[in-house]
Amino acid sequence: MSGFFKSSIGRKVAMALSAFFLMIFLLQHFAINLLSVFSGDIFNEVSHFMGTNWLIQFVMQPVLIFGVVFHFIMGFILEIKNKKAKGVAYAKNNGAANSTWVSRNMIYSGLVILAFILLHFIDFWFPEINTKYIQGDWSGVHEGVEGYRYFHELQEKFVNPARVAAYIVAFVFLALHLLHGFTSAFQSMGATAGRKKTLQNIGKAYSIIIPAGFIIIALYHHFNHIH
Amino acid sequence: MNLTLKIWRQKDSNAKGQMVDYKVTDISEHMSFLEMMDVLNEQLINAGEEPVAFDHDCREGICGMCSMYINGEAHGPDRGVTTCQLHMRMFKDGDTITIEPFRAAAFPVIKDLVVDRTAFDRIQHAGGYISVNTSGNTQDANAIPISKHAADEAMDAATCIGCGACVATCKNSSAMLFVGAKVSQYALLPQGQVEAADRVRNMVAQMDLEGFGNCTNTGACEIECPKGISLDNIARMNRELMKAQF
Amino acid sequence: MALDSKVPKGPLKDKWTDYKNHINLVNPANKRHIDVIVVGTGLAGGSAAATLAELGYNVKAFCYQDSPRRAHSIAAQGGINAAKNYQGDGDSTYRLFYDTVKGGDYRSREANVYRLAEVSANIIDQCVAQGVPFARDYGGLLDNRSFGGVLVSRTFYAKGQTGQQLLLGAYSAMNRQIARGKITMYNRHEMLDVVKIDGKARGIIARNLVTGEIERHSAHAVVIASGGYGNVYFLSTNAMGSNATAAWKIHKKGAYFANPCYTQIHPTCIPRSGDYQSKLTLMSESLRNDGRIWVPKNMEDVLAIREGRKKPTDLSEDERDYYLERRYPAFGNLVPRDVASRAAKERCDAGYGVNSTGEAVYLDFASAIERYGKEQAKIQNIENPSAQKIYDLGKSVVEAKYGNLFQMYEKIVDEDPYKTPMMIYPATHYTMGGIWVDYNLMTTVDGLYCIGEANFSDHGANRLGASALMQGLADGYFVLPYTIGDYLANDIRTGKIPTDTPEFDEAEKSVKDMIDFFINNKGQHSVDYYHKKLGKIMWDKCGMSRNEQGLKEAMAEIKALREDFWKNVKVPGNANEMNPELEKAARVADFLELGELFAKDALNRNESCGGHFREESVELDGEQKGEAKRNDKEYAYVAAWEYKGEPADAVLHKEELEFKDIELKQRSYK
Ligand SMILES: Cc1cc2nc3c(=O)[nH]c(=O)nc-3n(C[C@H](O)[C@H](O)[C@H](O)COP(=O)(O)OP(=O)(O)OC[C@H]3O[C@@H](n4cnc5c(N)ncnc54)[C@H](O)[C@@H]3O)c2cc1C
Ligand code: HEM
Ligand code: SF4
Ligand code: FES
Repeated sequence: MSGFFKSSIGRKVAMALSAFFLMIFLLQHFAINLLSVFSGDIFNEVSHFMGTNWLIQFVMQPVLIFGVVFHFIMGFILEIKNKKAKGVAYAKNNGAANSTWVSRNMIYSGLVILAFILLHFIDFWFPEINTKYIQGDWSGVHEGVEGYRYFHELQEKFVNPARVAAYIVAFVFLALHLLHGFTSAFQSMGATAGRKKTLQNIGKAYSIIIPAGFIIIALYHHFNHIH
Repeated sequence: MNLTLKIWRQKDSNAKGQMVDYKVTDISEHMSFLEMMDVLNEQLINAGEEPVAFDHDCREGICGMCSMYINGEAHGPDRGVTTCQLHMRMFKDGDTITIEPFRAAAFPVIKDLVVDRTAFDRIQHAGGYISVNTSGNTQDANAIPISKHAADEAMDAATCIGCGACVATCKNSSAMLFVGAKVSQYALLPQGQVEAADRVRNMVAQMDLEGFGNCTNTGACEIECPKGISLDNIARMNRELMKAQF
Repeated sequence: MALDSKVPKGPLKDKWTDYKNHINLVNPANKRHIDVIVVGTGLAGGSAAATLAELGYNVKAFCYQDSPRRAHSIAAQGGINAAKNYQGDGDSTYRLFYDTVKGGDYRSREANVYRLAEVSANIIDQCVAQGVPFARDYGGLLDNRSFGGVLVSRTFYAKGQTGQQLLLGAYSAMNRQIARGKITMYNRHEMLDVVKIDGKARGIIARNLVTGEIERHSAHAVVIASGGYGNVYFLSTNAMGSNATAAWKIHKKGAYFANPCYTQIHPTCIPRSGDYQSKLTLMSESLRNDGRIWVPKNMEDVLAIREGRKKPTDLSEDERDYYLERRYPAFGNLVPRDVASRAAKERCDAGYGVNSTGEAVYLDFASAIERYGKEQAKIQNIENPSAQKIYDLGKSVVEAKYGNLFQMYEKIVDEDPYKTPMMIYPATHYTMGGIWVDYNLMTTVDGLYCIGEANFSDHGANRLGASALMQGLADGYFVLPYTIGDYLANDIRTGKIPTDTPEFDEAEKSVKDMIDFFINNKGQHSVDYYHKKLGKIMWDKCGMSRNEQGLKEAMAEIKALREDFWKNVKVPGNANEMNPELEKAARVADFLELGELFAKDALNRNESCGGHFREESVELDGEQKGEAKRNDKEYAYVAAWEYKGEPADAVLHKEELEFKDIELKQRSYK
């Protein structure tokens, strides 16, 4: 089995598994974010639960971090290996004739996502860690804020239009990444035969609806807060 | 028509190569691409220069020998054809055509447009067979019925001509379409079951050893494959390899 | 030397079994000490190499392509015959034997053909066990088609790529042995001479086509499986690299060359489109089941079509000459290959050819589309279907049957054969002649074997469709492995054959001298220049129809061309590198000799039989007037030629053919 993950196909499968995990996480994340549009309170409740539940904090969160790190490191490794496998580059290559731009440039869409994830960490995750683990404040409340602090923080972040713009760009790239990645992950797992069309459609829906959703939520808070 | 050709010239595997420009005139649109190359070579020979070396044999799209990367595509701009089946009517008077060898670290250039594809053979040695003796002491051919559907699917996978366009075209130089096709052919037939797990493990291991890249499912290979080998064969190989772990 | 065919005694049907029961065997431990060289990895060589290696011999296999999988057997489309009688239509070993002898116009050796028919069924079992995906019916059993005008359905097929699938099967068997270390594969190697020691074949000289190195390889026996020599015509359905060099080189070292004039010219190939043409593409014979062949009746229409003023579809039924249906009402468009080819040539020579080169006739599917369309309309209960509806229904039937061929045609010719008739013309396709071998498949040189298309053995003067694949695999899987053992049983104590002997020195020197000559000759014409000229002589004078005067001219012209070649050929590049022009030069040099022997053989055989048509030997009256006339009294023999320097000086040896189990009959297709 360890031999398996050293093989090219094993790596492909590992990549797909990490991607599946990320996609499920994304769905979950989206669901919670969506709540913020409908009710700050419920959003706060759920966020507090997520932020303080030990299972999520000590099991799921490390797994997620591992998943992200694994995914992009593996992505880099494969990219480097694959470049090497080509050897000399073509003087003229017409990639557009046989494949989509996104499929050929997963590493770049990935890099944009990575940059965003870093920003995201700086924005939300580092302050969280700081509050909880360094200052030891697990209360979820903040001075001057009514109820839990999460909703408030969320809205604060989306005031700055530059950040919103970065957020939008990142999610566009995520959409691109997923437009290829979704079906690709299924193909890697050996699951496409016979169900190609359905999967492609679901893939398209997922890769457009979810990132678009994130963008709408960001815009919603941006404009709502200005008022 | 009159054309400008930009062709990769390389003396041997150790030499450094470069693109060289040539002109050919009076090319008929009914010529095949390789016949156009013949014209160029005749011209070069008569001028006392070395003709361009390229692989070819059957010139009818079945041996898999011909292998040119033409204007940025394996076997050129037409679909479902090999280089030898490509015709000049795909081009226009005055065009510039770039002609390069199939590129992959696992396919080193031997000379000009000729590359070494024996890596494919070595992958086959690793398991591209059913271990049955050729003694003739086998059971009657009709002893095991095989559903028409499975037989047809196996046949579709088996039509791969081993040309390497999939590798050449893949940005990762992955050989998975080629290997997937062979693995699939046997995986679909009852005769192939006994050795299925070892076969896929060994062939994939050899494929990796040869230095082919890792598939990222761009699908370019399927589009450029002259025989329309389907990506499903890669998915099937992935499944077979996963199955082989248990 | 008298020719001894070594056919075992006894009744025809027991010969092979008895033979196998009485031959010498080599003990498995001893096989490890015996080396066998196999030149060629097509169906014949590939299957032989794999089987010999399985038996335990050390095999060295050679091919000039970059992989054994690319041998020209890969190109065979239609299918492979076997007397399985799965369709229950009365097929049997005897019937396949009979059809093959009759199809070969009674110029093959009975015992060999019977053995071929006998082992044919086994080939299918073997290939299925190897994973060859033959076509199947809905019940999961193997499907058959009928082929080449025989009365039973005995042809097994894998879509239109039967040769490919069978070759990949043999290649997979080879791969298994390569992995076990029992076969050493030398690809991109070309055999340039055989080495004889004490009268026995003991090795070869080969050129590494990548480095140019000249290599010596020794063995206890040498098997030549290098395919046919159709490229002597320059244009043929063979691969560009198909060559006669291996066969010709052994001929020069003492192997007799039999019946070189027996060539099969296939009627349905895509016509030449211009002088630049490099090869011809076959359109499967099966097309004649549904296509009707015609040319315009009137010369004005021919000219109008050539000049583009008229389209073939503009011509009404009575402006067309369905010449095969007219001349052969009984068989019509399904007359055998040679008859159909000659008839096309006759029309084109008379000026009725329909393309710019004047060498093309129509193969028209319009009536088939209409017939199938009406049939489908009935089946689907469509009342008063419109013409368009009928066309659509019919087209889909034709598409299901021949779709891939139609597509291939369209890619090459850029015309839609569903809308306008295909243009076809005959082309050289297969060579029945080849190295003479006895019942053991051994040539006239001890320890030197020849199998597959390279030998002359089983097809007489004409080969039936789907029988070459059968013969190649029969030779390699089931015949040679026995017969060679009988010979090698005497070699178990010989030990490794050294390569540092005078015989190897000499053979290597002659090869090197030849190469040096080519590289250093400052000539003015490319190799292709000569090859094309040779091809033209062959096609015009040794083609579908031959006569004494033409053949004599051909001999003289080829000789002159050869002399010019050796003075004026120009080969660029160097000896010690990959050099495709040098490869071609060596091959064309041999074709230039073979061509002359070919003409000489054709001149000698003053009868019309199978693929060999002599204008002097035709029926003079009666219903068969003008048709080929065989002459069994004088020519029921195999003409085996011994090399004596110049091809013109070759000495004829006759192997008289006896037919004990079959009555000789003239063919009639009227
Ligand atoms: C287009 C086409 C369609 C056909 N369709 C059918 C069909 O449907 N049914 C049928 O029964 N037959 C068919 N035939 C005929 C049949 O395919 C051939 O007769 C048969 O495959 C020959 O097999 P072989 O093994 O003798 O030679 P080949 O397959 O030609 O192999 C020759 C081998 O010898 C090697 N070689 C040659 N010279 C040298 C050298 N000097 N040194 C080293 N190696 C050398 C080559 O590399 C190659 O490996 C067809 C032929 C053609 C051309
Ligand atoms: C952290 C930054 C990221 C980087 C650098 C990155 C990089 C890559 C690369 C290079 C690939 C190509 C490998 C392949 O196609 O097989 C890939 C595939 C994929 N990525 Fe990412 N990615 C990142 C984040 C994400 C995220 C956040 C998601 C989803 C939520 C995601 C989903 C996918 C999917 C589904 C695939 C396809 C997997 C497969 O082909 O089997 N990626 N990624
Ligand atoms: S899969 Fe297609 S492109 Fe790849 S080697 Fe086979 S035929 Fe060529
Ligand atoms: S030359 Fe054989 S496939 Fe092109």
